[in-house]
Amino acid sequence: MNKGPSWFNLTSITLGMAFLYLPIVLLVIYSFNAGRNVAIWEGWSTKWYFALWQDQQMLDAAWVTIRVGLLSASVATILGTMAAITLVRHSRFFGRSLFSGMVSAPLVLPEVILGLSLLLLFVSIGFDRGFWTMTIAHITFTMCYVAVVVQSRLVSFDRTLEEAALDLGCPPLRTFFSITLPLILPAVISGWMLAFTLSLDDLVIASFTTGPGATTLPIKIYSQVRLGVSPQINAICTIIIAVVSVGAIVASLQLKRAETERRRAEQMAAAGR
Amino acid sequence: MSKQAIGPIRRSFAPWDDPAAKPLIEYRGVTKRFGDFVAVENLDLKIYTREFFALLGPSGCGKTTLMRMLAGFEDPTQGDVILDGKSVVGVPPYRRPVNMMFQSYALFPHMNVEQNIGFGLKQDGMSKADIAVRVAEMLKLVKLEPFAKRKPHQLSGGQRQRVALARSLAKRPKVLLLDEPLGALDKKLRQETQFELMDLQQELGMTFLVVTHDQEEAMTVADRIAVMDKGKIIQVATPSEIYEQPNSRYVASFIGDVNMFEGKTVPTADGITRIECGALGMAIESEGSHKPAAGEAAWFAVRPEKVRLTSDAPPDAAGVNAVPGEVWDIAYLGDMSIFHVKLANGQVMTATRANISRIVDKPIGWDDKVWLSWDRNAGVVLQG
Repeated sequence: MNKGPSWFNLTSITLGMAFLYLPIVLLVIYSFNAGRNVAIWEGWSTKWYFALWQDQQMLDAAWVTIRVGLLSASVATILGTMAAITLVRHSRFFGRSLFSGMVSAPLVLPEVILGLSLLLLFVSIGFDRGFWTMTIAHITFTMCYVAVVVQSRLVSFDRTLEEAALDLGCPPLRTFFSITLPLILPAVISGWMLAFTLSLDDLVIASFTTGPGATTLPIKIYSQVRLGVSPQINAICTIIIAVVSVGAIVASLQLKRAETERRRAEQMAAAGR
Repeated sequence: MSKQAIGPIRRSFAPWDDPAAKPLIEYRGVTKRFGDFVAVENLDLKIYTREFFALLGPSGCGKTTLMRMLAGFEDPTQGDVILDGKSVVGVPPYRRPVNMMFQSYALFPHMNVEQNIGFGLKQDGMSKADIAVRVAEMLKLVKLEPFAKRKPHQLSGGQRQRVALARSLAKRPKVLLLDEPLGALDKKLRQETQFELMDLQQELGMTFLVVTHDQEEAMTVADRIAVMDKGKIIQVATPSEIYEQPNSRYVASFIGDVNMFEGKTVPTADGITRIECGALGMAIESEGSHKPAAGEAAWFAVRPEKVRLTSDAPPDAAGVNAVPGEVWDIAYLGDMSIFHVKLANGQVMTATRANISRIVDKPIGWDDKVWLSWDRNAGVVLQG
């Protein structure tokens, strides 16, 4: 019988909550610390947020990060989706297993190795390191995540829908854009979001492939922390956390609403109205 | 053949009997292989304009492959598929004047009913106003006007089926292909829809090609049926011919219930085939077009409803078309009863009886000794 949470459930909830949220909560609280010292609480203040706003270097780094993220996520989404389609639809072509291996390699390869090999490539072809090399590197390692997400959606895709479109006189390319793409769009979008997030918080590959004048937020934060943690860092992290949580909450609410709507419609249909 | 088979005859519509008639669809020596598997083997078939034609067979018999070759999703390994006088081999599906209603309906889930029905018209570059007119017409045809703005998941199974039908009819194709069109509906709805399909086909004057494994469905809707097995067509004929004059054991047993006997043909003077079944001590005499040569082994088939069930031996039968047995099982179905009768050699024969009166004087019960008998023209001698 169900008489509230058992001791096991209570323990796992408490431990889980503590491990997951305690560090974050501490970080958020200390971002509002009035004092300069990170470890000593001196009262509430929002001055570090204003200081952040004045910090041109930090703002520049944020702007670079967002540009790299948007660009690399978009290109990675296109390439990853194309790779996924080829892998799911064409079961046999020359070099298929090589291709499928390469697509999933960045998932398991240590970032250091990937970063180093990209660095070697850029050096050997004499590509000046900076914004573009970093963007290309991010495309390389995020596109495989997109491919994996889209691939799993395509496997369950009902191909008779495409056949129906062809049958009704729609040529293959138009069929892709009017039938296939709209239906796999949720997977493509979540692939894009995944790619964007990965690009935002990547430090290792970015630091290998970056050059002068292209410092991303993670690189900036990391280099500052090495000089000592300032409350300003806490502030920027709090902003990042806020943005990410708002995004996650909105997305899950949207999903929930769509789900209830769908269920209601199905019940209505089953009732024959 | 002097005698006409019973069954509905549709206003003398029989282009297949007219040697001058030009077929709309023709399969010429078509073979389709998937790797080592032969789905369709050297098959010839002609289907005529305005015909409602059914491909009937168990799953894996090649009927769907045959249909998909006409739709353009498969090309034959050998042979030719001709539509309206032109070969369509190599023509992609989006350039063929045929449309298909899919077994799963394949409605586009992100489009509403209107958009689904109008999709094919839009591909043809029809103007928005014309599309709206045609879509409204189609909605009326399938009685779905109130549901125009609904998405497929907001519809019941029967409604979805109608949308799929309307969508495939909207472009007024030369041939409408229906892949197991009623397979997903429950029995009552299926029966209603069968009649609606027939009416629709008559009303529109279009050629329908339906693929089904359901013999009842094929019998109900089709002008002609092709019974298929392992990539080959076993018999092509009207439903009544298929039922009353099956050409083989396969067709006889695939469509409806049947009792079959094996025996040896003995010579007779007139137009009667006489088969002796040694094991049962019975002789079978049959009038029919197929006459095996004397001395040949032959199979005879008779339908359960054409078998008389009596308590006493029929007079003047003298061991011809009559056999004694013992009632083994009775199934009472309301409108009729099915009797399983065990014969001397252990073979179980089926006979049905229409329950035309509510009370019977001497009902036949379990373990009763009975006689089964039939007329000379009740059954057929099979060709194979």
